[in-house]
Amino acid sequence: MIRVSRRATEWMAGLVAISTLAAMAPGCRAQSLTGAGATFPYPIYSKWFDVYHQKTGVTINYQSIGSGAGIQQVKAGTVDFGASDAALSDDKLRDMPRPVIHFPTVGGAVVLAYNLPDLKGRLQLTPDVVTGIFMGKIPTWNDKRIASINPGVELPGSPILPVHRSDGSGTTNIFTMYLSSVSSEWKNTIGYNTAVSWPAGVGGKGNEGVAGLVRQQPGSVGYVELAYAKQNKLPYALLKNKAGNFVDPTLASVTEAIEGASDRLAKDVRTPIVNSAKGGAYPICGLTYLLVYRDSKDTAKAKALAEFIQWAIHDGQDMAESLDYAKLPAAVVKVDDANLMKLTSNGKPLLASR
Amino acid sequence: MRKEAFGPPSVSARKARASRIPWDAAYQNLLGAFALFVFVVAALIVYECARGASPAVLAYGWRFLVSSDWDPVAEHFGALPYLFGTAMSSGLALLLAVPLGLGTAVFLAELAPKGVGKVVSFVIEALASIPSIVYGIWGFFVLAPFLRTAIEPWLGSHLGFIPLFQGFPFGIGMLDAGIVLAIMILPTIVSLTRELLLATPRSLLEASLALGSTRSEAIAVVVDAARPGILGAVILALGRALGETMAVTMVIGNTNRISLSLFAPGATMSSVIANELTEATTALHQASLIEIALVLFLVTLLVNAAGRLLVLWATGGRRDVAGAA
Repeated sequence: MIRVSRRATEWMAGLVAISTLAAMAPGCRAQSLTGAGATFPYPIYSKWFDVYHQKTGVTINYQSIGSGAGIQQVKAGTVDFGASDAALSDDKLRDMPRPVIHFPTVGGAVVLAYNLPDLKGRLQLTPDVVTGIFMGKIPTWNDKRIASINPGVELPGSPILPVHRSDGSGTTNIFTMYLSSVSSEWKNTIGYNTAVSWPAGVGGKGNEGVAGLVRQQPGSVGYVELAYAKQNKLPYALLKNKAGNFVDPTLASVTEAIEGASDRLAKDVRTPIVNSAKGGAYPICGLTYLLVYRDSKDTAKAKALAEFIQWAIHDGQDMAESLDYAKLPAAVVKVDDANLMKLTSNGKPLLASR
Repeated sequence: MRKEAFGPPSVSARKARASRIPWDAAYQNLLGAFALFVFVVAALIVYECARGASPAVLAYGWRFLVSSDWDPVAEHFGALPYLFGTAMSSGLALLLAVPLGLGTAVFLAELAPKGVGKVVSFVIEALASIPSIVYGIWGFFVLAPFLRTAIEPWLGSHLGFIPLFQGFPFGIGMLDAGIVLAIMILPTIVSLTRELLLATPRSLLEASLALGSTRSEAIAVVVDAARPGILGAVILALGRALGETMAVTMVIGNTNRISLSLFAPGATMSSVIANELTEATTALHQASLIEIALVLFLVTLLVNAAGRLLVLWATGGRRDVAGAA
């Protein structure tokens, strides 16, 4: 009897010691964060979460359930952060129970992929032509509005089939925002949103649905994310920007577009960046955001999240280009840094200034 | 001998026995609770849908069902294009699948050699176990190009005077969706009809043959006897077509415009929910989609109820035939 109880005491002491050690060492107590939202940045986010976990032990679970659903989850307080391709409007921000801060993480572009099998060289498009096509007002490819901007290129007389996304999507939001900014007619009759009432064409579900339709149907043109078009080797058009140059959508021309908007982004990080005035900027692009409550109760969690964002917008940016996302320009990283300083837990700042 | 021995025991007898054996009573209650659970789930679905849809119901009332304006930007929501699309795609599917399915079933039940019948039935029932996304992929990558390059141009040039066959051949659209749906509901029609025909008394067939009918006349007599059950099978198939989501979303073209042409893209109630719910950011948009879900649920409920009633009326309550449906 005595031996047994002594053994039990030793065991107990050991357990207590282990658990105390575990509680004391901060590195051992791994934080776990949950987030939900946009599908567009999911590849880079999951890469970041993975690398960050190996570096710090912080586990981040992310459900890519769509921006809309992500915003709902943030509102309901069921996740530590949300992610959205569209910035919240003033109305939606007011709807939130507490102030929310937007953190742009990476940029993306939307390109116009086309199927013109006999076309030599790259198609060039202007804002007016893109609007006309998606309004259903330019019936055929050899229309003089298209022919005049593609000198020396033989265009077929086949009908143009515009292809759009059928599912609600941040990509649609960026594309329709661009059309609204270049055409007052589009702005007044259709507007911009994650889903709109399309006046013409057919809808495919997801990037792969649009790309599939474009690949199948000669004469079609559809909008997809740059990363998607590149990885699937779809031809996509050069687009005339605000400065009057025909620009090839590349990661560099997207980063330049974001840079062109950095002054306005410094005032309000939600400012749309489409139709940038910079000379080399590709005009149809957008930022994707993390949505975080400015103040939160759980200090340890909030600190872990703030540190992750800080890491993602600095060290994490180097991983972006290999996954076909555009890096944030230094000016926008600065804006994020300033906003990180505004994050508090129970009124106390989370991060010491860098 | 006690009277209860032949039928189900009377309530009082059951109660008396239950009180003697407490485990038995608990067992009965447990199973009763299981059965009740189904009703609770159904009621909760209706309740939750109605609750979620209430902002849209309050905002639009009946106009929701007759307005064809679906504009998430301006927040005008009318479900007519989707009601129309569901009716048109399901109607087309029935039009294609019913003759094909009935013919197959009659052949399998009455004419085919036993071995052939078994193999063909197995293949047709295997069709039912193919996931709908696979049908979607097939409809998108195989059927659509075929329709676009061969079938639709032919229909357009020969029957183009009918509005159904006018317009640009996209490949994807109502016709594609209708054909994919028809294949998906074929197993329901064939296997149920075959079972029904096999369950009809053989004496019917033999009697009409004895009276001098030809083989096809005798088969017509058998089919006639099974008619109410066949109607039930068709209605169950309709139920599947109405609610089918994934395959239809992939091939229907997804536009909210109403067009009489089979070549034109459209959308159904289930496809618009699948497309827009995840990114519906405004309360009214979400409520409108949930209202469509509620309407779809009620429509399928009504279709099924109507089917059962029809069968009951047609058979005059003859359970031997009606039961199989």
